[in-house]
Amino acid sequence: MTSGVEQHISQPYKYGWSTEVESDVVPVGLNEAIIQLISEKKGEPEWLLQWRLNAFRNWLKLKEPTWANVRYEPVDYQAIHYYAAPKKPKKLESLSEVDPKVLETFSKLGIPLEEQKRLAGVAVDAVFDSVSVATTFKEKLAEHGVIFLPFSEAVREHPELVRKYLGSVVPATDNFFAALNSAVFTDGSFVYVPEGVRCPMELSTYFRINAASTGQFERTLIVAEEGAYVSYLEGCSAPMRDENQLHAAVVELVALRDAEIKYSTVQNWYPGDEDGKGGIYNFVTKRGDCRGENSKISWTQVETGSAITWKYPSCLLTGDNSIGEFYSVAVTNNHQQADTGTKMIHIGKNTKSTIVSKGVSAGKSQNTYRGQVKIMKNAQGARNFSQCDSMLIGDKCGAHTFPYIDVRNSSAIMEHEATTSKIGEDQIFYCQQRGLSAEDAVSMIVNGFCKEVFRELPMEFAVEAQNLLGISLEGSVG
Amino acid sequence: MTKALDVKDKYVSDFEAFSANGESGVPQWLQALRNEAIERFSSVGFPTTRDERWRFTSVARVAETKFALANGERPSIPTAEVRQHVLECGSEQVLVFINGRYSEELSSTGGVPEGVIACGLRQVTGSGLETVEHHLGKYARMTDNPFTALSTAFMADGAFLYVPSDTILGDPIQLLFLTASGGRPVVTHPRNLICLERGAAASVIESHVGLVDDMYWTNCVTEAVVRDNARLHLYRVQRESEQANHTATTQSYQSRDSNVALTTVELGSALSRHDINAVLDGEGAECSLYGLTQIQGSQHVDHHTTIEHAQPHCSSWEFFNGIYDEKARGVFTGRIVVHPGAQRTDSKQTNNNLLLSEGARADSQPQLEIYADDVKCTHGATLGPIDDKALFYLQTRGIDAEVARNLLTYGFGVEILNKIAVAELRERLDQLVHARLDDGAARRRAKNQC
Repeated sequence: MTSGVEQHISQPYKYGWSTEVESDVVPVGLNEAIIQLISEKKGEPEWLLQWRLNAFRNWLKLKEPTWANVRYEPVDYQAIHYYAAPKKPKKLESLSEVDPKVLETFSKLGIPLEEQKRLAGVAVDAVFDSVSVATTFKEKLAEHGVIFLPFSEAVREHPELVRKYLGSVVPATDNFFAALNSAVFTDGSFVYVPEGVRCPMELSTYFRINAASTGQFERTLIVAEEGAYVSYLEGCSAPMRDENQLHAAVVELVALRDAEIKYSTVQNWYPGDEDGKGGIYNFVTKRGDCRGENSKISWTQVETGSAITWKYPSCLLTGDNSIGEFYSVAVTNNHQQADTGTKMIHIGKNTKSTIVSKGVSAGKSQNTYRGQVKIMKNAQGARNFSQCDSMLIGDKCGAHTFPYIDVRNSSAIMEHEATTSKIGEDQIFYCQQRGLSAEDAVSMIVNGFCKEVFRELPMEFAVEAQNLLGISLEGSVG
Repeated sequence: MTKALDVKDKYVSDFEAFSANGESGVPQWLQALRNEAIERFSSVGFPTTRDERWRFTSVARVAETKFALANGERPSIPTAEVRQHVLECGSEQVLVFINGRYSEELSSTGGVPEGVIACGLRQVTGSGLETVEHHLGKYARMTDNPFTALSTAFMADGAFLYVPSDTILGDPIQLLFLTASGGRPVVTHPRNLICLERGAAASVIESHVGLVDDMYWTNCVTEAVVRDNARLHLYRVQRESEQANHTATTQSYQSRDSNVALTTVELGSALSRHDINAVLDGEGAECSLYGLTQIQGSQHVDHHTTIEHAQPHCSSWEFFNGIYDEKARGVFTGRIVVHPGAQRTDSKQTNNNLLLSEGARADSQPQLEIYADDVKCTHGATLGPIDDKALFYLQTRGIDAEVARNLLTYGFGVEILNKIAVAELRERLDQLVHARLDDGAARRRAKNQC
């Protein structure tokens, strides 16, 4: 297997966006013919096509969910190009051509100059070649037998693995957006960590440069075999502008016996302008299955972008003694709406889950925590701790908490706490007295409020996330 | 489903008969209100578990049974049997209702002070008393709950209490609802209206007692209007038959600097759903809700509370404790809504649940909806079994395991009972809870011996 990976890595990149430019636009709309066309273009095997078609037929029967505490203009699903090769970004000659506002954000985030160029789409100097960096990483991964591929390549290289696990956590019929994704997903990541292997580095979409552009319908599948460990970072703290308004991704995690998966997300997609125009609809289904005994799945997310967020990373605690964790910071400003939270389903014995959610609302935004803790009949000795805190900045925003607690086993212990409060005026005053500006004071206080979650992020991400918070809340005081 | 539709149609045709004979002599405003309500009910029908607000409580038991209106049936009940449910304090201000209808001979209103009106609702709806027309059906929203719509459509009798300005009632007013179904499934729709004018103060005890162990259905709505500076203590004890169904809405509406404290104790009925809605619509208003549920067998109790903070500087406290034994199931939904502009809101909500056996189940949904920034809102929920360590500690002191369990369980429940300011009521409930816990222990012992 290892050699297969190596071989793949050493060969020039053949299948990416770049080779399929211009001619590859399928007509607007969604029907079986379009799905067949997508599948054909990607050279997929018959079983995957059937899987997609099945998902599509189910999608037709499903209704778009309306229970979330968000309001948006209805999406016309027949007016979308479901497979359009992205336009080749216009190469800029130097940073001076980049929007100065974007540059300002970069420097606030503390992104190195060369990295700024890459993100802004400026031609990269020969000295700093991120491709070569990525290649070094890939070699190291291959050494350990870790498979880390774009999804469509994984389908070709490791069909047996993909077929075994695809849809086993989020079935194609799971919900409206998951079904849509299953029918039309274009790409994403596939990670497979073999038995007993501790992945030598943090995996990140950031380094998966051959498929770095965020797909509209992304599909991620991570499998950790017995005793394996992997930490995966998704997204980027740099602002992402995208022409596609609707994003419906699906993430599936499978942790077998004694395995551990740590999944961190920083999401900062375009939230729309100050008046709430534009912005991305982010409707994501993320779910992890702690299938084996003593397995562990940990979700950490920092959500600052998107006009609308509909996202509930969940854990199915199937194996005995398995552990699920959810750490979240959701920041909304201006007209953003976020309805996010988690589901912890305790199925096995002595399963444990922890939920720490911090919501910060500012401007005219609405921020909702919605979570479910379900302890099934056979989950003897299950334990849950949930804490949801909300902070309000300004009097036109809203913060809401909707936890659902369902306990069917009397030996289970669960606790839930939630608080909502205003940012302390006396705290801001104290900071100002010490010479900090009101904005810096708010940023500092909010960072302190979110500290429990940031602690869970990988080091370099944590620093960026803190800066990101400050930027997201800009203009929310005074 | 079709069965439920059948039953729905039955109530609609029942309504036609009901408004045509006997109830036809009512004032026009009341008839209009009823018509609107039945229209509402016939358009929505009974809720199902697909309804978000009814997700954890199936009312199929109610929706699929054809209950007959308990109209005009007056089983003769000996005065002695009635009196045993009456507290000594304020025994001269008791309103007794048999199968939802006010019974003048069993009630005693001699102790009601001058100016205070305490009587059957039926006596005042036709009397032209403006207070009734002004308030009845204005607070409990029939659009929120099909059962409220049904109650409004069929409202005929219940308690009416009016306390004029600056009048303070020392002893509690007791409202006693007794049901004796007489062998066939009947439904009663008691409808109560409580009005406290400026600066008035009163405590009211609303008890629902089943006299026979039968299947029947009580669908009760209580509306309370509490004006500026007034204080209302409302106690509600639900001891229906363990076959019975109980659906209820308690709706309060508060003005400036008023205070409402509601303590509800749920012990009876097979299926009970109690919606408590409190609206704080005046600065400085305070509201506290306390609830204790102690159930066993396959009983099901659902509390659905909504506190609306519509004005600034209001406070609310909410404590609900549930004790579930055997296959009992408890549901709690606590919504706190802070409207835009309701600054300086202070709200605290706690829901604790004790699961005493394998088959017991509890669901808890605390919800905060906040549209103002200068607020302090918290909620907390816990679910779990009796603490093993505490149990062990008591056993090491020579206390039998069952007794120790009951001691700890009682200690959990007494937090709520301690909120009751009427000593006699508290004592009686204390005894009841103890007796029920002892029963449970006896059953467990017997089971262990087999």
